[in-house]
Amino acid sequence: MSKYIAKRILMSVLTLFIIIFVLFVLIRIMPGDPFPVERMSAEMIIQKREELGLNKPILEQFVNYMSMLLSGSFGNGTSLYNGAPIKPIMTACLINSFKIGVLSILFGTLVGLAIGIVAALNRGKFLDGLCTIVSILGVCIPSYVFMIFLQYFFAYKIPFFPYFFDPSNFMASSIMPALSLSLFAISTIARFTRNEMLEVINSDYVKLAEAKGLYGFELIRKHVLRNALIPIVTVIAPLVVSLLTGAMVIEKIYGINGVGKLMVDAIAGQGVDYNYVLALSIVFSAMYIGVMLVLDILYGIIDPRIRLTAKEG
Amino acid sequence: MNKDDFEFISDRDISVDENFASQGYWKGVAVHFFRNKFAVTGLVLIVVIMLFAIFAPIVSTYSYDEIVSITDTSGKEVIAKSLSPQIGDGSAQNFFADRTFIFGTDDMGRDLWTRTWQGARVSLIIAFMAIFIDMLIGTSYGLISGFFGGVVDHILQRFIEIAGSVPTLVIISILAIFMEKGIGLVIVSLLITEWIGMSKIARAECLKLKEREYVLASRTLGAGSFHIIFKQILPNTIGPIITQVMFSIPVAIFTEAFLSFVGVGIVLPQCSIGSLIEAGFGNITILPYQILPPICVLAILMLGFNLIGDGFREALAPKLEDM
Repeated sequence: MSKYIAKRILMSVLTLFIIIFVLFVLIRIMPGDPFPVERMSAEMIIQKREELGLNKPILEQFVNYMSMLLSGSFGNGTSLYNGAPIKPIMTACLINSFKIGVLSILFGTLVGLAIGIVAALNRGKFLDGLCTIVSILGVCIPSYVFMIFLQYFFAYKIPFFPYFFDPSNFMASSIMPALSLSLFAISTIARFTRNEMLEVINSDYVKLAEAKGLYGFELIRKHVLRNALIPIVTVIAPLVVSLLTGAMVIEKIYGINGVGKLMVDAIAGQGVDYNYVLALSIVFSAMYIGVMLVLDILYGIIDPRIRLTAKEG
Repeated sequence: MNKDDFEFISDRDISVDENFASQGYWKGVAVHFFRNKFAVTGLVLIVVIMLFAIFAPIVSTYSYDEIVSITDTSGKEVIAKSLSPQIGDGSAQNFFADRTFIFGTDDMGRDLWTRTWQGARVSLIIAFMAIFIDMLIGTSYGLISGFFGGVVDHILQRFIEIAGSVPTLVIISILAIFMEKGIGLVIVSLLITEWIGMSKIARAECLKLKEREYVLASRTLGAGSFHIIFKQILPNTIGPIITQVMFSIPVAIFTEAFLSFVGVGIVLPQCSIGSLIEAGFGNITILPYQILPPICVLAILMLGFNLIGDGFREALAPKLEDM
């Protein structure tokens, strides 16, 4: 097991390193100057390039950047546009995004599981149909469309929730974005849980357990759910990651100061802020690879067959 | 033994099994598909939207980027800004009795009916083009990787592992720096992100199929690797790949809508579903009718393609209980 984990960690670190390298080179070979040229004179640009070390060879720049990254700062650590420091701004944004992300994943997993279980236990009945419709709608309606509707009806028409995100009133103002972000997760997990449950319920060992006299909640908890959960872990991984993309829009709609909004501002604002884009890309990739790694290891722990085949291969 | 030893049997005793007649593979798939109510609903929805997307902008009185002027009650020419939807001659607000705006107009005075269908058209074109190229790239990549195995497979799969570890958001951001905002950016970002799923499916199918006898037979007859891959194996992987395509199209439509919504997609006065939603969102509290048409079209497209995909998947691998 430890060998499997070590191998996975090594692979992840290597992947991250390659990604950072490629991102770095791509951003450095970009045509044009990374500065707001129209507001700077030629001498200023030359001086600025000198100052930031942009006229050194790319590899040397990369080594410098990596050493700064490892000591915990992103490049020279400031925005190229207004000199605002990257790290504190990004940390604040990350915390906001993280809170809402965790909330929506919790929400999505719990509600999704509940819906899936209810549907599987009432197979073919009214509740099953209802759950199927909910999960189809959840997959088809983009989270931000749902968010717009929620915002329009429950914050504007009936001012029940605040219209914009407000960190000082976290609970009330995070319910709507978390709910709409989790919509896709709810429906995917519900659909998956239902199918897995049905497969397990029809399996021989559950029939055996029933024959032994187990029934009701005990049977579901000990035999069905436990085995049905294994594949469900696999769908959660991409969902966690898709939250990143979804969050970008939700943050725009709901006025949350999160990493998604920061990224949009960095690429779609008046000019592209290279330092921000690079720093955010690295953080996103690291998060993505980290989540994948954790879930892979988790998967290996739950299902021993995975790590056994991994060892052979 | 002579001729008399044999007796002629007329063919009246030979009967053809009509109840369980054998049928071609694709005919079976089609029968299963059309028996599925949800799938047919999805197909109808998509066809209707597509017909509107193709014909509505052609037939419409206005063009999608035309700023319409109307004559108001005092006989002055004014720009038809932010008019709510009018059915019929609009006589209730008869200051523009000669014009009809089914979905109303936007805050620049452009007809939303035309813009909605033009937007649907642009979104569909982007999705189809991107996914078609993705299918070509992904399928070839997956088939080659699966067929050759060994070192080739190892290298190609490591590459996918690394490429797949870059979040879509990062890819889009980097592209946004290199490229002009617009249709090109949307298509290229779809190209880069969507082929990986396609190639995984093609590879898995190829691994299954390359052990089959017909591949061996073909090899024995002297066929080259590429002949086997593209002439023998490819036709047999079409089913799962089409299913994947059906599920990729709504993803592509959604990605386009998402990119245009955050402001790196379609540039005005061009329009797509995403940019229309973005424009409508800006006015949602005062003019909520502006956001409804594009949102409904988007939801119907996503629903339709998902239903078709589901139906297709079931039709390709019918479970015993569905028979």
